[in-house]
Amino acid sequence: MTSPASTDLAPPQLSAAPRPAQGPAADEGLARRLRALACTAPLHDLDARKANLAGEYTVYAMAEVALSAIDLVTLNMDFDTGADHEQIVARLLPRVAAQAPSRPAAEHERVARWVLENLINVGSVDRGFRAVYGTFGTDGVYVRRDYDFKLIEEVPGYGGGVYLRTTDEAVNVLVGALDTDVTSAQIAAEVKLEVLISRGRLADAQLAAEQARYRTVQYAETLRKTLEATRRNVRAVDWLQAVPDMIDEALDHVADRYRHENAILTNIRKARDEAEDHEHKRRAAELVDIVKDCIRRHTQLQSRLLEAGPLFRAEQDRQAFAAPTAYTGLDLYGQLVAPILPLPVEQAGKVTDAFFAHGTGLRTPASVRLGDLVDLLLTPPVEREHLGAEMPEPDLIATPDDSRFSEEQLASAMRLLDLEHDAPRRLSGLLAEARLLDGDLPYLVALLAVHAASPPVGTAYRQGEERLLFAVDDGTPLDDPEFGGADLIVGTALLDAVGMAADRSEST
Amino acid sequence: MSETHAEYADGWSEQEPPHPQTGPAPSSSSAVTPADAADAARLVSFGLQPKLLPARDAEYTELLRRYREDPAFARLADAVATGLGLVVLEVSPRAGMAVTAGEDSVFAVRMGDYARRASTDSADRFLHGLAHLAVATMAFPRPEDLADDAYIGRLTVNGVDAFVRQACLRLEQRAEEQGENTDPASDAPGLEAGWRIYARRSATGATKDARRLAGSTTGIVGKAAAFLTDSGFLQRTGDEGGGSYRTTARYQLQVRDMAGSAAMAELLELGVVPVSDGTATLVPPPEGDDLELAADAGLPFHA
Repeated sequence: MTSPASTDLAPPQLSAAPRPAQGPAADEGLARRLRALACTAPLHDLDARKANLAGEYTVYAMAEVALSAIDLVTLNMDFDTGADHEQIVARLLPRVAAQAPSRPAAEHERVARWVLENLINVGSVDRGFRAVYGTFGTDGVYVRRDYDFKLIEEVPGYGGGVYLRTTDEAVNVLVGALDTDVTSAQIAAEVKLEVLISRGRLADAQLAAEQARYRTVQYAETLRKTLEATRRNVRAVDWLQAVPDMIDEALDHVADRYRHENAILTNIRKARDEAEDHEHKRRAAELVDIVKDCIRRHTQLQSRLLEAGPLFRAEQDRQAFAAPTAYTGLDLYGQLVAPILPLPVEQAGKVTDAFFAHGTGLRTPASVRLGDLVDLLLTPPVEREHLGAEMPEPDLIATPDDSRFSEEQLASAMRLLDLEHDAPRRLSGLLAEARLLDGDLPYLVALLAVHAASPPVGTAYRQGEERLLFAVDDGTPLDDPEFGGADLIVGTALLDAVGMAADRSEST
Repeated sequence: MSETHAEYADGWSEQEPPHPQTGPAPSSSSAVTPADAADAARLVSFGLQPKLLPARDAEYTELLRRYREDPAFARLADAVATGLGLVVLEVSPRAGMAVTAGEDSVFAVRMGDYARRASTDSADRFLHGLAHLAVATMAFPRPEDLADDAYIGRLTVNGVDAFVRQACLRLEQRAEEQGENTDPASDAPGLEAGWRIYARRSATGATKDARRLAGSTTGIVGKAAAFLTDSGFLQRTGDEGGGSYRTTARYQLQVRDMAGSAAMAELLELGVVPVSDGTATLVPPPEGDDLELAADAGLPFHA
């Protein structure tokens, strides 16, 4: 009796039986982690490939430079455009230079550019990266898949410029919070910040504040995309429910964060002013800047949110209240674009080919006469004007010489201070001697002597100077009718010019 | 009168190598002279200069008037166009002699001539075709716009790119919501969804000579817009948004009568066309019905 019953139940069991242990549900998490892992690969790759560069580049930590570049781009991403390429390179330079201070600046710049270009992946047509991973499908078949992603992408800005933006993938890699909800992550980060500050752990607090800022930028980016879509095509966006809800939510969020961050700001300011430790004070001051930046971004976001409603109404007026025509035509979006985008490219290509073939109009075929062709090929190329227009002669106006001391006075003062290196003199003596030469000269001598009290040794050393004027206070008070203070000992120090030159040639 | 002309036109279209300018009218007793044939050919040659505006050329205007008032001349001009492998879309003062290249005509534009990479790379070929479709969609966003003869569409290159990206983003989000894995199989590039190809191509890129990166999507859309401008379909109005354009009457005719229907026919062939009565595709369907359209093109303000 049982066997017929079991055969009745057989079909569903059969269909379930061949499924392998690794079901698609279990595989999905794995695929997500594989993709997250893939996002870090370009960074490791930089360090692996630096050996192939022409030159000795192993001293540079490329992954560090790359992460720093992603940081910089993320923080410089404005609401409208993105970060400027040159600016990012310029800001990367200090870090690159710090990694190899003895190398020339040109090499530092080359490294910074190399890293940035590799993060964009300039060499590929997609300007992105591809990782291959495998999953088991619903039918239990193992499929290799391509995962395409970008870390830094180039976007068009105003005036035809190209700006850099970090992608969501990059931001996720950067903050290490993979696959998390934007809003809740931000709240978590800020709560953490408050706790940390109340316990006085500012080092951790700064980290948390920076993370909160990344979250803020990410949130703004999400909203920007939606608002942009609204502006373009009112119908592509659900203005009945989704967008108003989103805007309300975002406004609430901004108001909430604004309150929150102002509270934090007050707390950190207090922490900054009360902090005893200099390090704590500095960190608190940095935190104030970061939170201020967060508030600025929130305000910017809010003004965008308030513009969205009027924008929608204007677009709706334009589109919905236009006079209806007698008949309707083809709906290009609904009937062509929307259906073909999800199709495999093999099929979608046929449709776009048909549209292209019938939608481009006509071209009259060019026919060339041999005579024209010969003339054309034999015509010498037109000389280009490389130098441009002639510069007009500038009209120079002599400015009156309003210096306190004349060149002669400076020369005599320098003569006076041109002391033997083994015979330093007291300032009082120098002043007295100067007073004999010229009534104004003591002032200049005093100025030069005070300036020599903190001589720029490093600069003189780098510039290869052989002598350096210095002044030392040994505690003797100055007895002079015009000047007060210490009676400085003024002397000349000899610098080891030869040794310096040798050092320099070694370092470069 | 009309009967003889009908015969006459048929006679032309059946002849294999037509030489309308020189060939004398076969058996017509009506007064079709070589001079008329020359005028008809002249009108067609005006039509082959798509950027020429009828209002700017007295001879063109006169020939257009004659086409509209003299049926015999009209048939003659149509025959000349047909013989050259052209399709007459409309003859009117606003659009002029709007002719377009028939399939396999010497005037037709081939994808391989249009973009070199497109002949070898199916992804590039798709992107170039999609760019043209997207330009038309932005130019005529609603069915009424395409139907209304007085409508002038406006578009910018960056706007077109952003709009397609937005559509792609929605598909991506929808796939994510449904928990689909949209990463294509490695060994079957033809199975990758169209939106993914567009989404992963970069929007722009820095080049050494400050020109648009040809392989980027704005480069591809910009090329389409520039090409359509040369075809007399768009007029450049400014530089904002990567280049802004407005449409001409010819473009509307071309999209409405030629390209749209050809693409639709191809889509029907694939058997994946959303059934539509041509009036209400953008209105969201009732709850739970045909979500595919609603997700992409949901109208917030339906009747």
